[in-house]
Amino acid sequence: MTTARVRAHRRLQAFRVVVLTVLGLFFLVPLGSMAAYSVRVPAGGRTLDFWRQLGQDPDLRGAIVTSLELSLLTVVLMLVLLVPTMVWVRLRVPGMSRIVEFLCLLPLTIPAIVLVVGLKGVYAWVTYFLGDSSLTLTFAYVVLVLPYAYRSIDAGLASIDVVTLSEAARGLGAGWFTVITRIIVPNIGAALLSAAFISVALVLGEFTLASLLSYTNLQVVINLLGKSDSQTSVAASLASLVFAFVLLILLSLVGRRRGARRTAPALDLMAPPVAKEG
Amino acid sequence: MIATSTGAREGLEVRLEDLRRRFGTVTALDGLSLTLAPGELVALLGPSGCGKTTALRIVAGLDEPDSGRVVVGDRDVTDVSANKRDMGMVFQAYSLFPHMTAQQNVEFGLKLRGHDSTRRRARAGEVLDLVGLSSQKDKYAGQMSGGQQQRVALARALAIEPSVLLLDEPLSALDAKVRAQLRDEIRRVQLEVGTTTLFVTHDQEEALAIADRVGVMSQGRLEQLDAPEALYSRPGSAFVASFVGLMNRVPCEVQGGRATLLGTSVTTLDGSVHGGRGVALVRPEQVQVAAGGDDATVVHISFLGSFSRVTARLVEGTELIVQTPSATVQDLRIGDRVGLSLLADDLLVSATTD
Repeated sequence: MTTARVRAHRRLQAFRVVVLTVLGLFFLVPLGSMAAYSVRVPAGGRTLDFWRQLGQDPDLRGAIVTSLELSLLTVVLMLVLLVPTMVWVRLRVPGMSRIVEFLCLLPLTIPAIVLVVGLKGVYAWVTYFLGDSSLTLTFAYVVLVLPYAYRSIDAGLASIDVVTLSEAARGLGAGWFTVITRIIVPNIGAALLSAAFISVALVLGEFTLASLLSYTNLQVVINLLGKSDSQTSVAASLASLVFAFVLLILLSLVGRRRGARRTAPALDLMAPPVAKEG
Repeated sequence: MIATSTGAREGLEVRLEDLRRRFGTVTALDGLSLTLAPGELVALLGPSGCGKTTALRIVAGLDEPDSGRVVVGDRDVTDVSANKRDMGMVFQAYSLFPHMTAQQNVEFGLKLRGHDSTRRRARAGEVLDLVGLSSQKDKYAGQMSGGQQQRVALARALAIEPSVLLLDEPLSALDAKVRAQLRDEIRRVQLEVGTTTLFVTHDQEEALAIADRVGVMSQGRLEQLDAPEALYSRPGSAFVASFVGLMNRVPCEVQGGRATLLGTSVTTLDGSVHGGRGVALVRPEQVQVAAGGDDATVVHISFLGSFSRVTARLVEGTELIVQTPSATVQDLRIGDRVGLSLLADDLLVSATTD
């Protein structure tokens, strides 16, 4: 009995190691190759010139700033739009939650190229009212991050008793704004953070919409640069990839720490949505 | 009849006037009217779905009536939103804000009222003291037991010195021992602060133990509103009689305001049938059992400590539960023939179909 269990445990351990190694290689080998390529001098030897280039190339620098600004705006608009709506749906019109979920997950099922066809017309008006700054991409990106942000925030809201907490707060004299900002948001902080991180990662890596709608962001510039200066472009790609990875790792760490400190379920993106009690 | 004696000077009168509320095809409240005297604790008791929670939520402003009014003191609050009603509420579900300590929870309402931190801390200390939890003030909800959480919730509701205290089955998530303890604690605290209180429960023991008056609800209506003793000994309807405490149903003959059963003639209470066959509602302690009679056969005896419950089958087949001091039934065995006699002077007799 015990030996069988020990053996089973060992087999599981071995399986884990194998899976982790294979997956690790799958992700790290391309990244390693990119790193090697970005510092290689064709004639032989190594140089950091291409990395220095990242800060010096004005187009690239502008694109990095644009993409970071886009991430920030997308996160802010997404949270402002999604949090009150989702709280409201839970409290007042729970019957609508299916429809809202369907709407939020819809962008996942529509290929970017199809989205562009629809967005082209809309963006004629956006340009008319707001000018042709690349930052107007924020609106398209909010739509794009909806499915991921929705899932994350939904898991957060499911882990607390939104109805009772807000009724308790209202009974004590809190208006709706106070309920959302001082009661709901602090209790789903980890979920909001994960929604924000994943949105940032998505926006930093977005190419299709920007390119097809003729706007400039980091990926568009990297792509252009790839044609003239492939090594700098690879350095830039690697930098943005690593940045996104770091964000995602931070995200999972935050989720785990939260889960440990309180008994609330971990706000893990990979976790299935938590069924609401009662 | 209304006990408003103890420390009930600060309480306000609360009036629920002809409240009606429908959810789709379901009528939750069907013209509920109820007046709570200042400082009084009224319990609304009833089976689930009888409308008691709806009534409480309407008083709290968390639900709106289709018609009717809620008046607190001289103020009609029917159209006032929940956050401006100045009511303290304790919920069935644990409702402490998980990201705040017990003390911060209690201070929350005071903060919203713009009290400065010195005043907040003093008041929070006061009410936490009142519920006996000063030592736990720095704990988060997740670090406290269910009973402690509900005490903090009570302290939080009282901290804002509400005009009305609303308790929505605050004990039903707790285990039996804590429930009884906290029940008495709630009553003690309520008497001390003198706040008019509406307490909703489905547990008759709870309601009878702590309320000044108990309102028994059924299908959105108040069946009877009375002091616990009156409700128990003089139930106004068969529903109240069978919902509050154990009740035997004994077939009997009614004539001229008197019913005859177990060889005794008793006066019928208001609300009884006027003549013909009926079912008398008899409490287990209103019957006396004696060995050696010929009224019934003992079918079961349960020993419950100082008293026992004897189940006896009458000749025509009706089973009757008799509660009697254990000493009197020591010699009884199952199958013994016994005599039964009625100790009541008046009884409620309902129609046979009820």
